Amino acid sequence: MAAATTSDGALTTADGIPLKASLARAERRNRNRALLLVTPLFAFILVFFLMPIFDMLTRSVDNTVVGSVLVRSVPVLSQWDDSSGELPSEAVFKAMVLDIQDGRETRTIGKVGTRMNYEKSGMTSLFRKSGRRAKQIKEAPYKEALIKLDKKWGDINTWRLLKRESDAQTLTHYLASIDMRFNDSGEVVRQPEEKQIYINLFIRTLKLSALITVLCLVLGYPISYLLATLPVRTSNLLMILVLLPFWTSLLVRTTAWIALLQKQGVINDFLVGVGLIGDDGRLAMIHNAIGTVVAMVHILLPFMVLPLYSVMKTIPPSYVRAARSMGATPWTAFWRVYVPNTVSGIGAGGILVFIIAIGYYITPALVGGVSGTLISNFIAQHISVTLNWGLAAALGSVLLALVLALYILYDKIVGIDNMKMG
Amino acid sequence: MKFLPRKTLIAAATAAVVAGGIAPAQAVDLVFVSWGGAYTASQQKAYHDPFMAANPGIKIINDDSAANGIAKIRAMNETGNVTWALVDAVASAAITLCDEGLIEVIDHDKMLAPAPDGTPASKDFGDLIVSECFIPQIVYSTTFGYRKDLVKTPPTSIADVFDLKKIPGKRSLEKAPIGNLEWALLAEGVPVGDVYDILSEKAGVDRALAKLDTIKDQVVWWTKGAQTPQLLADGEVVIGSTYNGRLFSVIEEEKQPIAMMWDWQVFDLDGWVIPKGAPHRAEVMKYLRFATDTQRLADQAKFISYGPARKSSAPMVGKHASLGIEMGPHMPTAPANAKNTLLFNYEWWADHRDELDEVFNAWLAK
Repeated sequence: MAAATTSDGALTTADGIPLKASLARAERRNRNRALLLVTPLFAFILVFFLMPIFDMLTRSVDNTVVGSVLVRSVPVLSQWDDSSGELPSEAVFKAMVLDIQDGRETRTIGKVGTRMNYEKSGMTSLFRKSGRRAKQIKEAPYKEALIKLDKKWGDINTWRLLKRESDAQTLTHYLASIDMRFNDSGEVVRQPEEKQIYINLFIRTLKLSALITVLCLVLGYPISYLLATLPVRTSNLLMILVLLPFWTSLLVRTTAWIALLQKQGVINDFLVGVGLIGDDGRLAMIHNAIGTVVAMVHILLPFMVLPLYSVMKTIPPSYVRAARSMGATPWTAFWRVYVPNTVSGIGAGGILVFIIAIGYYITPALVGGVSGTLISNFIAQHISVTLNWGLAAALGSVLLALVLALYILYDKIVGIDNMKMG
Repeated sequence: MKFLPRKTLIAAATAAVVAGGIAPAQAVDLVFVSWGGAYTASQQKAYHDPFMAANPGIKIINDDSAANGIAKIRAMNETGNVTWALVDAVASAAITLCDEGLIEVIDHDKMLAPAPDGTPASKDFGDLIVSECFIPQIVYSTTFGYRKDLVKTPPTSIADVFDLKKIPGKRSLEKAPIGNLEWALLAEGVPVGDVYDILSEKAGVDRALAKLDTIKDQVVWWTKGAQTPQLLADGEVVIGSTYNGRLFSVIEEEKQPIAMMWDWQVFDLDGWVIPKGAPHRAEVMKYLRFATDTQRLADQAKFISYGPARKSSAPMVGKHASLGIEMGPHMPTAPANAKNTLLFNYEWWADHRDELDEVFNAWLAK
């Protein structure tokens, strides 16, 4: 580029603009262009990643349905002293009757029933029945009339529950997702033993995911090593063997494991055939935690092998040779020289496998039986069967928090900068 | 493109818009959601094909996602973008959706055809109209199939399912409290009229779970209707519950050594619901009037062994379309099969499902 010097000594370009300004402009243009190039990615992340997470977090505490249907009762109910031991006043009952009548017209009263039934059995039918019959109540006294319609309206705990759950936000879904609840007097207590599910499920999910990650590492490490050290022709063939299952439908692979592992399946038939076990002693290897672990290790193995392989490929064989020539035993050379060089691959593969495993859903649903189902199966159930989206969102949020906590822990111990995908 | 004169472009674009604007008015696409597989096929043959033949302007597109139907209807309602014209749903789902105001209320007598003898639709369907938003289509049942070659004495009653001495080996049950709790009490000899009263008390639920405890370690729990037929065919279980149509196909079409045990089969209903704000209302109404009349409901039984929901259809049930066997005896409603039957108390389950799901899952994990 032709540069000239102006009278005051600053460098300018050929068209007389100071060089500094010109450079800055060129750089700005490049920056803008780069920004433009990543905009689709940003937009994608925003729409398909951040917004759903935000939506999930709001849903997990959202409780607007009660206040938006019971428009008259909620404000007057909030003035009622629920520790007084007396039923709310006639004004509250009147507001409730009118709300139920309107809710019946607009077909929204059932939503309140469904919402309240998550807290207490019987609320669905209370609101459904009241909705059907409330139009008969035309004049005061509303209190007697409503209690006559269903005696649950005369139960002070019904009103306490309504008052507690009338705010636009609620914590009950989070409490439920860690096996807690509000009792009738509004204190936070543990669920009775026969209803505790989720804490054990979270623990099981973490345990099984950790086990799957370790097994993937134990199986994947030697394979990756072979892939990285064998001559290209053989290692390519081996690579195809690793990738082939990766390209096969998930359902097909899972179903194949059913055929292999079940009681009348290939493995049991073989073991009985060679006389290792008797016909009565066929092993239960599916519809339990074993089934989940085996099938998921198989499915997730490529996610461990690929990052490991790409890291091992970059380790010069001379390192281990140098260690050996300086008198290290094969084990020392491997453990002190080779393994530390693969830590970034282990970290990447481990995190990848663990995080995929923790949210896995279809395989445990098919082969997990009772002891092998994971928390995601319950989230799916609440989304598509029970329609308790608040609880599903709360369970999802707790799971997200757990993953983030583990991620931070990993960063503190190993350091996230050490991770290398390839 | 830039070589084309501007006028030509505009003309072409206008033509495209006009064509695009008129074409849908002539040919209407209706998206119907059902369960897929043999079930959708039976609807295609009995309802959709004859309807489309009579109405060349209407095309019915099958969407097989009824299993996630209620969640998707709610999601569509929230976003205000309802694309489904008609959805096949089980009765309990219809009740929930109706409660939440997510599906249309049906005036059965006005919207649906009367029986051939003039009986209004509401009488013809009778008490199968379990919700004012629900148009019943079929009666199906959850019942038992067993391996004829693997049991020494064939099971004859629900008590045998719980009898590990008489029927040793694994059995499969649905991984849900609904149905299983009732069966547990019936197996104990509780009169059917008392079942829901007893289950309303905590002690009753405990009693049912205690009965299930006696076979718990011999149970494979299923979540999809296809699992029990597969488990039976593989010999993984010797007896198991599933939908009767699934058992029919594994017995009669696949000729597996399996037989039915109908004692205390649990009736359930399946039918149509119209999502609120669904498109092409007029065409859907026309379809419903046609596809839920007496003849069409009877026709469906030629292709799948589910009972037609209209009383007037029952005498018209004929032979299976391809197997040529008489379908009457395979209907859950056939007198020989229906000696002991249970119809879910939907209202009771709507109240207790949330709580008992928790109790049941906690019990499973113990």
